[in-house]
Amino acid sequence: MAHITRRRFLQATGSAVAVGALGFPAIVGAAGKKVVVVGGGAGGATAAKYIRMADPSIEVTLIEANAEHFTCFFSNEVLSGHRGMDSIKVSYDGLKGHGINVVIDTVTEIDAAGRKVKTAGGSTFAYDRCIVAPGIDFKDNIEGYDEAAMRAMPHAWKAGEQTVLLRKQLEAMPDGGVVAIVAPPNPFRCPPGPYERACQIAMYLRARKPKSKLMIFDAKDKFSKQGLFMQAFERHHAGIVEWVAAGKGGLVTRVDPSSNTIYAGNTAHKVDVANVIPAQKAGKIAVKAGLTDDKGWCPIDGRTFESAIHKNIHVVGDASAASPLPKSAYAANSEAKVAAAAVVDLLNGRQPGEPSLVNTCYSIIGPNDAISVAKVYHLDGGKLSGVEGSGGLTPKDSSPEMRAREVAYANSWFANIKDDCWG
Amino acid sequence: MNYRIRYLGYLAPAIIALTAGGQVFADPGAEMMANTCAGCHGTHGKSAGPASPNLAGLSESYFTETMLGFREGTRPATIMDRIAKGYTNEQIESMATYFAALPVYKANVPHDVAKAKAGAEIYESGCAKCHDEGGSLPGDDAGILAGQWLPWLQYSMADYKAGHREMTKKMKKAVEKLSDTELEAVLHYFASQQ
Repeated sequence: MAHITRRRFLQATGSAVAVGALGFPAIVGAAGKKVVVVGGGAGGATAAKYIRMADPSIEVTLIEANAEHFTCFFSNEVLSGHRGMDSIKVSYDGLKGHGINVVIDTVTEIDAAGRKVKTAGGSTFAYDRCIVAPGIDFKDNIEGYDEAAMRAMPHAWKAGEQTVLLRKQLEAMPDGGVVAIVAPPNPFRCPPGPYERACQIAMYLRARKPKSKLMIFDAKDKFSKQGLFMQAFERHHAGIVEWVAAGKGGLVTRVDPSSNTIYAGNTAHKVDVANVIPAQKAGKIAVKAGLTDDKGWCPIDGRTFESAIHKNIHVVGDASAASPLPKSAYAANSEAKVAAAAVVDLLNGRQPGEPSLVNTCYSIIGPNDAISVAKVYHLDGGKLSGVEGSGGLTPKDSSPEMRAREVAYANSWFANIKDDCWG
Repeated sequence: MNYRIRYLGYLAPAIIALTAGGQVFADPGAEMMANTCAGCHGTHGKSAGPASPNLAGLSESYFTETMLGFREGTRPATIMDRIAKGYTNEQIESMATYFAALPVYKANVPHDVAKAKAGAEIYESGCAKCHDEGGSLPGDDAGILAGQWLPWLQYSMADYKAGHREMTKKMKKAVEKLSDTELEAVLHYFASQQ
């Protein structure tokens, strides 16, 4: 944009004051500034795009393992048959249009000291600042749930072939069958996801296989948007969906993929379709690069999302320990913009400004019925925190008219966030 | 309550203070805050639809009045009431300045051509005085209606008709003269102004 925005004005005055008063070290904005982004999901894509929009003089390389990306968000609608895989597929052409060098390869090493990223394809990319957005990996909290088990009992918690696999199993299941969703312990990607998934699959069952059941075996005793989901189970999915809390025999510790059996407490449940979502941690490369803490997530500075462990590396999205922000695509998108602004400021010798973040998350829970949760976040005493009084849930007693509007706004969320990340 | 206050030419002062700890505090920049809207309202306030309205080019007073209305609960909302509560007056004004500086964006909104044609005539006689140039002038301070997503236009009219949102006297008088079919036609007309 040609005009000087208030942000630029603030940055200019802010950094001038800061330099004067604090002697903040000036970083020379030398030519050939390089940023490498590891991962092309919502967080990585947004960071790459927003860096280029703010400062086209920065050379941005985005390295992503898959040539096309399937969004996790709205993949539950593929499971219900309400949309196809094509509608959750995004290409990297939009990012290329912003002058981003998109490389399809797998990052094998991040050398924080040498500021280099190496790939399986044998390439090395030097950087001034690196943005790491690898998403999630799974923990071994369920005995017997190995790579082979993932094909028999798909997690479908990374969209793509896993989503297709689970959908096919649902299609192949006889009427009167039992679907099990094994919901993970906190913290995990998309906190309302398992319960929205239950609603979506239940809509499919109601329409096509009405004698079937869906059981949610939970590693928790409470969950995101619980009151609203319980209302939906009653209102739309009575007789189909049953939620089993951890304390009531829901905690799954073992699975046997050969017989499609899950073991919760002392009880074996033989089911027709098992959707097993394990406990989670930051994506593999974050662990390998030494960016994670003992809980498996990447601690960051809330102002810049720079790693608290390695300098010049910023971690955004699900892999970051950015609580109280949830691990959602909207949060990843918002965090990526904060990191992008900080990286642009730092590479241009300015002090990063105040961050501002939002999470907005919709769940489509029944015919013409969607609910949402939202919150505004800021930095308070150096820590990310929710702005007091902001946000919250869809009211339980909101009218059918307002719920129907939330479906339309959920679809708007989907269209716009896809565009904002990859367009 | 009437929140319509003129903020034109007003720039919220940059509050920059040094604490004892030496940390610099300031309001987040306008662009930093405005960028958080993009996930639902599109990059730079250009919505891809199908329902979320475009924000690009809204006048400062309209944006501010709308956000304050959401925050204070005087304007019906699904989610914006909850989000608006996260911002101070100054922060809202700052975002208003940002979006007002962007060119008006008119989306390619699907609409019924016959209804839009019928709506054009009703618009000329009933709406054009306050929603000039097909509802595309920010200076009207009446929102940008041209090229806005049809469901949003319909929700807005439904809220007015149900008494959930206060109409100006002029608008009330104009709306009362029109049947539901005529009103629907006018909304298609606004959506068609791309």
